[in-house]
Amino acid sequence: MRLEAIPNPSAARKIGLPALALLATLGVAMLLALIAGANPFAVLGQIARGALGSKLAILETLNRATPLIFTGLAVAVAFRAKLWNIGAEAQLYAGAIMAVVLGTGALGSPLVLPVSAGAAMLAGAALLLGPVLLKTRLGVDEVVTTLLLNFIMLLFVSYLLEGPMKDPMGMGWPKSPALIPEARLPRIVEGLRLHWGFALAIIAAVAVWVIQTRTTLGFEIRAVGQNPEAARFAGMPVNAVLVKTALLSGGLAALAGWSEVAGLKGHLSSDLSPGFGYTGIIVAMLALLHPLGVVVTAIFVAGIFVGSDAMSRAAGVPTYIADMLLATALLFMVLAILLTRVRVVRG
Amino acid sequence: MSRDSGAEVVLRLDRITRRFGALTANDAVSLTLRRGEVVALLGENGAGKTTLMNILFGHYVADAGSVEVFGRPLPPGNPRAALAAGVGMVHQHFSLAGNLTVLENIRLGTEGLWSRSRAGAREKVARLSRDFGLAVDPDARVGRLSVGERQRVEILKALYRDARILILDEPTAVLTPQEAEALFATLRKATARGLSVIFISHKLHEVMAIADRCVVLRHGRVVGEVDTHATDKAALAALMVGGELSLPRAEARVPGAVLMRLDQVSTPDRGAAPGLKAVTLELRAGQITGLAGVSGNGQAALAEIVGGLALPAAGHLWLHGQEPETWTPREALARGVARIPEDRHHQGSIADFDLTENAVLEGYRTRFSRRGWMDWRAARAFAEGIIKGYDVRCPGPETRIRLLSGGNMQKLILGRALAPGPEIILANQPVRGLDVGAIAYVQAQLIAARDRGAAVLLISEDLDEIMSLSDVVHVISQGRLSPAFARGTMTAAELGLWMAGQKFEEAHAA
Repeated sequence: MRLEAIPNPSAARKIGLPALALLATLGVAMLLALIAGANPFAVLGQIARGALGSKLAILETLNRATPLIFTGLAVAVAFRAKLWNIGAEAQLYAGAIMAVVLGTGALGSPLVLPVSAGAAMLAGAALLLGPVLLKTRLGVDEVVTTLLLNFIMLLFVSYLLEGPMKDPMGMGWPKSPALIPEARLPRIVEGLRLHWGFALAIIAAVAVWVIQTRTTLGFEIRAVGQNPEAARFAGMPVNAVLVKTALLSGGLAALAGWSEVAGLKGHLSSDLSPGFGYTGIIVAMLALLHPLGVVVTAIFVAGIFVGSDAMSRAAGVPTYIADMLLATALLFMVLAILLTRVRVVRG
Repeated sequence: MSRDSGAEVVLRLDRITRRFGALTANDAVSLTLRRGEVVALLGENGAGKTTLMNILFGHYVADAGSVEVFGRPLPPGNPRAALAAGVGMVHQHFSLAGNLTVLENIRLGTEGLWSRSRAGAREKVARLSRDFGLAVDPDARVGRLSVGERQRVEILKALYRDARILILDEPTAVLTPQEAEALFATLRKATARGLSVIFISHKLHEVMAIADRCVVLRHGRVVGEVDTHATDKAALAALMVGGELSLPRAEARVPGAVLMRLDQVSTPDRGAAPGLKAVTLELRAGQITGLAGVSGNGQAALAEIVGGLALPAAGHLWLHGQEPETWTPREALARGVARIPEDRHHQGSIADFDLTENAVLEGYRTRFSRRGWMDWRAARAFAEGIIKGYDVRCPGPETRIRLLSGGNMQKLILGRALAPGPEIILANQPVRGLDVGAIAYVQAQLIAARDRGAAVLLISEDLDEIMSLSDVVHVISQGRLSPAFARGTMTAAELGLWMAGQKFEEAHAA
């Protein structure tokens, strides 16, 4: 058996195979439900209802999608330039820390939100600056450096929450003091539990899309990602483009942490992110790195998480099914993407 | 040489057909090879030579037709079958491990390194090198060998595996004329010993010199099969391209001012590739300067300096009589240096970008954007202008460039480079791998640019191309540059001695 390239894949292949991947994922989900001893159709139904079945469920899904849109965009931007930023988790916490530092009284008045957002982006960008400079100057693999920074950052956050940033009124729990009301993101519609972070995430997705398709920087990022040698030959400053990409990516990931603290939680704790940084990789890959696609896949992934929570309560099937579903969805999608470009031949 | 048509048939390809989608790469191609015979497989790029050999070696399975070696059918799709049946191939790009010795390379893949005594293997290699005139030190590391020596190792490797049929894919592309002569001597010894050879080439004089018979492929079909002693180069060329075709010849002109000057430029060696050794070179307006030489003798280092990718480690670069303060590709472009890169796939274009994006790769910042915003309308118009003006055959400017043939890709790169009206043009291997029609087109464009007053530096391994186009010729060997020779003052053989480095030693001694 060998793989043979398909020079010009048909539209049917491009749409049909991802659709098939989705169906195969559902099939695996039903099999898993069966193994867990539940009715597969009921389980799928409950996941869908849990994610989209009521106004409350939909808002919960969109809230959960917000940090995933930011981390998904961060990964999509970086991966487009073949800059393998695995550290969105760390950059997320950098943004969350800035939300707390500036949002607990250090700064008053209406300025606090835009200033803390800007500071969060700078902090996330700064966190990725080290790895990208090590890559461009010394050729150090950024997969390793960004991945390891995640653990360093998580330990740093634990230190802050046990020490300088610990809430004196927190009854001993490792969490930060609450943000002042001016530092909180308001809800989009009064009375509905959806904050402005979601709207900002959509705006960020559109902005990234515009940058990628309409600006010289976007052209450079795509060129450097596709073929750095040709980009260099054509006169593009390849290293400078990588640094700019890193700043953009780190800044976007930081907004995920900032909006979770300022919009949802109101304080920082070390369980702020259940792996939003890593799930952002899945979100970006499922979206084929397209910034507007990231919005769709982030909502899809969030829906599976939220729906699985609800299903678990109702059907007694463990919520781990959500992780397995996402993993199979990603595997099938990667396979589908591969098979749009090559076919398997015998002999 | 045996022209005895009664000799045993050792290889028979019978009505081989292979399609790739709408393209028929091989259309009922038949070919027979007899014992002790050299058959040349002749055709332009894309004529189907490579596909045919890939089918013989089991890399592709034919849609129809069969392969017989020594009278026995070869199972399709099994790469080991052809090797086991005694067919050996020497590819254009060698598959040797540079960090192993010659002997280790020869034994690699055929036997475990302990399975047969090293002494026995050494003896066999020594005997083969003696019998076939393939002088090479069995204990030398392959990474230190010259290209000609590496090719000998590849041939030895095939012979060591008891190949009775040798297939050589464009074997002389990387050799000096003298090395090519030595290769031909080896092939004559081989056929005298009953081996058979398929010689893939598009260089007609070599085909005339070495082959007994010649099979000409065009668009996947056999369009002619002739005895070489009953034909001539012109007839073969006509068969190859399907009609009379005259290659452009540049008429001499009066050269103008020096636009670029390299003064005693040196660069460090890079691994096996020599750096430049105190090279002084002048590029004049209205003149094509040809740089001849076997590949890997410093051409890449020189092209990098002219094209803005590197600065001289020692010596000076003068542009219009000034030394540029910064020297980057962007700076080179801004100062009117156009570059046609050696590798159009990896340096010259981005495969998954469309023609518009590839067309503005160099000018996007200065000509197709304003304050950081791309002007895609202007970019598209520019791409359409190139497509029309340079006859790029494609469905439209939104076609991804990877779908274009090499010739059309090169025309787009040429259009991109020439559109701003450059004063200096670096053309590094501009026609390598192109079909004859595209070659004529690209060369005519370079001559036209020269006639407009541009200074052209033409780097090529093809001596014929250098001699027919250049107003002055330099030869580069081991990073050293020969004096300038005016058009028509040197024969190919004399240039060959410079290419081999011999003349440098003599000039040095004198």
